[in-house]
Amino acid sequence: MISLTSPIETRAHAWPAGVKLLGLCLATMVLFSQNGIVFHACAFLCIAATYASAGLVFLRYGAARLWGLWPFVVMVLIWHAVTQDFVAGLVISIRLLSAVALANLVTLTTKLSAMIDVVRFLATPLRRIGLKTQQLELGIALVVRFTPVLAHKGSQLSDAWRARSPKRAKWNIVVPLAVLAIDDAEYLAEALKARGGVD
Amino acid sequence: MERNLTLIALFAALIAALGLIPKFTLGFGVPITAQTLGVMLCGTVLGARRGGLAALLFLVLVAVGLPLLAGGRGGLGVFTSASAGFLFGWPVGAFVTGLFVEKVRAGSLAVTSGIASILGGIIVVYGFGIVGMAFVLDKTLVEATLLVTAFIPGDLIKAIVAGVVTAALFKARPNSVLSRA
Repeated sequence: MISLTSPIETRAHAWPAGVKLLGLCLATMVLFSQNGIVFHACAFLCIAATYASAGLVFLRYGAARLWGLWPFVVMVLIWHAVTQDFVAGLVISIRLLSAVALANLVTLTTKLSAMIDVVRFLATPLRRIGLKTQQLELGIALVVRFTPVLAHKGSQLSDAWRARSPKRAKWNIVVPLAVLAIDDAEYLAEALKARGGVD
Repeated sequence: MERNLTLIALFAALIAALGLIPKFTLGFGVPITAQTLGVMLCGTVLGARRGGLAALLFLVLVAVGLPLLAGGRGGLGVFTSASAGFLFGWPVGAFVTGLFVEKVRAGSLAVTSGIASILGGIIVVYGFGIVGMAFVLDKTLVEATLLVTAFIPGDLIKAIVAGVVTAALFKARPNSVLSRA
């Protein structure tokens, strides 16, 4: 499974994930506490400059990941054009783009293993009160392993449907796909138990 | 114990796999993905606690940077976007859906699951989604509600499908439908 971490090595790849996440929380809080157009324009330019400092390819990739936000931006701009308050609309749109770009920046520069270490660290209080968090870690591994398996089975089911029908499969394959998921889960549970169980 | 863990993990994987089914467009051009159907099924099949945990596990994987949301989206950016509230609503929605199926034993499972999916998968999830959108886009709750009404018909269809699918699963694998076990 491919994670969203950027293959382009940046300086931020070496920074501790916890620090980056804490910084992201603080920066997002600051973004949502300010309402000035000048502040948000400057903030957005700073973020764009940060992306650009890792190279043009990185900047372009970052911009591409923001593209999905266009419906919100268009909607907000039209809304505020109608209500004669265009600057406010601009502020909201830029703030949205900045907040998402910043969060993406952390994802792009942090390895999956480092993120999972953070999840493990955040679960520390649960361990203190006696819960076993190995199950959380095993659960993460199982989802990573079985998402491609189920996706493959799903595409086989829709191929099988297409071989027999001129129409495309829509909801029809959900039942067999869910049955396959349940069966896999039952086999896995037996296999885990046979190998000593999880607790 | 092992069964709980593997069912939770496989249903989290099922939410991801349903995101890969090609988008399906409603009559008036609103695209919908099957992922919220997966969230509803987590509740109707696994029950409240396990269903909520499955949706939560899925979100943890999205947050650590796996592109599991429909269209290959993922990472922390989706949690600061205008639609982030909907994601935060998923575990709670799955929990409420499961709770309804667990508590209401009368009537057919298909109907009960369909109603449960409307309660948890639509009302609860939209509640979170509307609050999130109102906050990020700086709108009032009423304005934010107006902005998302276009998606409700698609989700109603999904709630009906969730009811039918749950009844079919109960026929195929009665012991694995833990909300009724």
